[in-house]
Amino acid sequence: MEKFTQITSIAAPFPRVNVDTDIIIPAKHLKSIKRTGFGEHAFETIRFDAQGNPIEDNVFDCERYKDASILIAGDNFGCGSSREHAPWAIHELGFRCIIAPSFADIFAGNCVKNGILTVALPQEDVDALVLAAEAGHDICVDLNEQTVTCGNAQYEFDFNPAHKEMLLDGLDEVGQTLQSKPAIDAYEDKQKLMTPWLF
Amino acid sequence: MSQATPKTMYDKIWSNHIVEDRGNDVALLYIDRHLVHEVTSPQAFDGLRAAGRKIHRPESIIAVPDHNVPTKNRDLPNPDPMSEAQLTALEANVNEFGLDYIPMEDDRQGIVHVIGPEQGFTQPGVTLVCGDSHTSTHGAFGALAFGIGTSEVEHVMATQTLQLKKSKNMRITVTGELPVGCSAKDVALAIIGTIGTGGGTGYVIEYAGPVIEALSMEGRMTLCNMSIEAGARAGLVAPDRKTFDYLRGRPYAPKAGQFESAVTFWAALASDEGAMFDKEIMIDGSEIAPLVTWGTSPEDVVAVTGRVPDPKEFVEASKQEAVEKSLTYMGYAAGTSMTEFPIDRVFIGSCTNSRIEDMREAASVIKGRKVASNIIEAMVVPGSGLVKLQAEEEGLDKIFLEAGFEWRDPGCSMCLAMNPDKAGPGEHVASTSNRNFVGRQGPGSRTHLVSPAMAAAAAIAGHFVDVRTF
Repeated sequence: MEKFTQITSIAAPFPRVNVDTDIIIPAKHLKSIKRTGFGEHAFETIRFDAQGNPIEDNVFDCERYKDASILIAGDNFGCGSSREHAPWAIHELGFRCIIAPSFADIFAGNCVKNGILTVALPQEDVDALVLAAEAGHDICVDLNEQTVTCGNAQYEFDFNPAHKEMLLDGLDEVGQTLQSKPAIDAYEDKQKLMTPWLF
Repeated sequence: MSQATPKTMYDKIWSNHIVEDRGNDVALLYIDRHLVHEVTSPQAFDGLRAAGRKIHRPESIIAVPDHNVPTKNRDLPNPDPMSEAQLTALEANVNEFGLDYIPMEDDRQGIVHVIGPEQGFTQPGVTLVCGDSHTSTHGAFGALAFGIGTSEVEHVMATQTLQLKKSKNMRITVTGELPVGCSAKDVALAIIGTIGTGGGTGYVIEYAGPVIEALSMEGRMTLCNMSIEAGARAGLVAPDRKTFDYLRGRPYAPKAGQFESAVTFWAALASDEGAMFDKEIMIDGSEIAPLVTWGTSPEDVVAVTGRVPDPKEFVEASKQEAVEKSLTYMGYAAGTSMTEFPIDRVFIGSCTNSRIEDMREAASVIKGRKVASNIIEAMVVPGSGLVKLQAEEEGLDKIFLEAGFEWRDPGCSMCLAMNPDKAGPGEHVASTSNRNFVGRQGPGSRTHLVSPAMAAAAAIAGHFVDVRTF
């Protein structure tokens, strides 16, 4: 898994509320059996009109935010489906960190598995970062310190300690869990006696 | 002697499944049951192959194709080669890894969240996952059931566990008695309209109260299904006599010799008297009316007798802006009466509303009537082959066909339009599905979420009508 420790980058502002997984990657593009190739369809309805022509000045394609690795988003970002294609698509657009007032649970979990850090901050702090992003200022996100720094402003954020460890170390989570195989087997032996109808 | 601290149903199921406690409410949690479909699994199987790993417990998995399958002309080649490739990949993967598989040609084939309960695979007290957010459906049985991403699908396959942080407990109590003409879908929409699409984020919701107790198993599945639309990864209903009666005799349910001890175990799962919930919501079920969504978020609900809101009615600037965008997309002016606008298409189906009771509810409204001439297409897509057969045994297919509905084969269909079933740009769809997101039912499509009775009535009238007086 890809590590995340710290990044400093300009940010792309996209503060719309309730951005759902169908906006991030529409279902018709979920037919690939690979993990790649979703970026070109990411945020399709924001980037292209009904005829498929590029929409001018959209935040994802405009020159000014081309090098942004941070996305500043709106409340309840990533709501809807469990499709991991959503973080795959966002990653392919070059984003490694998303800052928003809140995230849907499944989406946030899927981001961790793909080395994308989701930072939840109060609405007023996100509003301030949107302005900073529009002004083209650099933003620094440090996972170890759990801080977002922009100019003189610094914001602290909460993060699931288990997820933090995974992102900092870039662990192969399956390999890690398989080290607990004796505990898993012991659990199964116990459950076979407790709830034998499940085995 | 001091009493043990009262526990919620979620607390009990969580602690029953801890393999390793990792502190800070994080645990390695055992997963009993895993449902697999063609869209979110191919990359997980690839991951296992690449690492040379096996599936820890193949018998804990049932695989079934549902998202991509055509709902008509199944004897012909799949019109979409990409869909076909995904369906072929699933079949190859289940053969390679030796999994229980229900192929498209089988009478038992259907939507994962319909076939799990139907086969008795879904049981109280289990942990059940699937690479699909509507896995919350199975909470209707008192199972801790939630959607996972593809990396987690691979993790569960390889280890039978997930490392998870415990959610908080929320209880939503629906009091009173549901008015005639309203069903579980209206309860779900009323709840989402009240707490919002982010209202349940970070929580597992337990549904309780007389309205929930009175719901059938099908109704409870509809309600739990839409927990995710309120942001909650899982919903729960305490198992009771209805749950046990539903499960008895189903293929994967405990066999006769074990059924009674299973029932004893299941009956003890309900939340203890005095258990603490982090959040409690009360809703008066008697006040619920048939609901319709007007916008592009499931929280955008209004009674069918109501009007499209004005963005100015909302306090937050971000919500005002979202409402304005929604209204532009939907082609509605603020203040429009919900019964005023014509409907172009009707879809009765999806993991929310495609079970036998939904078929009966819709058929009872349209019996002896005809689909309105402005409706381009009205289709019924049963949730499984077994639902379809049961409906045909009851003569419901004839009622639909005579009214002018199409009677299709089972699958996810126009809920997310991955197969050929799509709505055209700008078309208004009365849909019994779960998401009215932009473009969900086809690029530019405009979805209105409603109950089966409301969708059926809209098909006949050509616009929304109050099913209570229809």
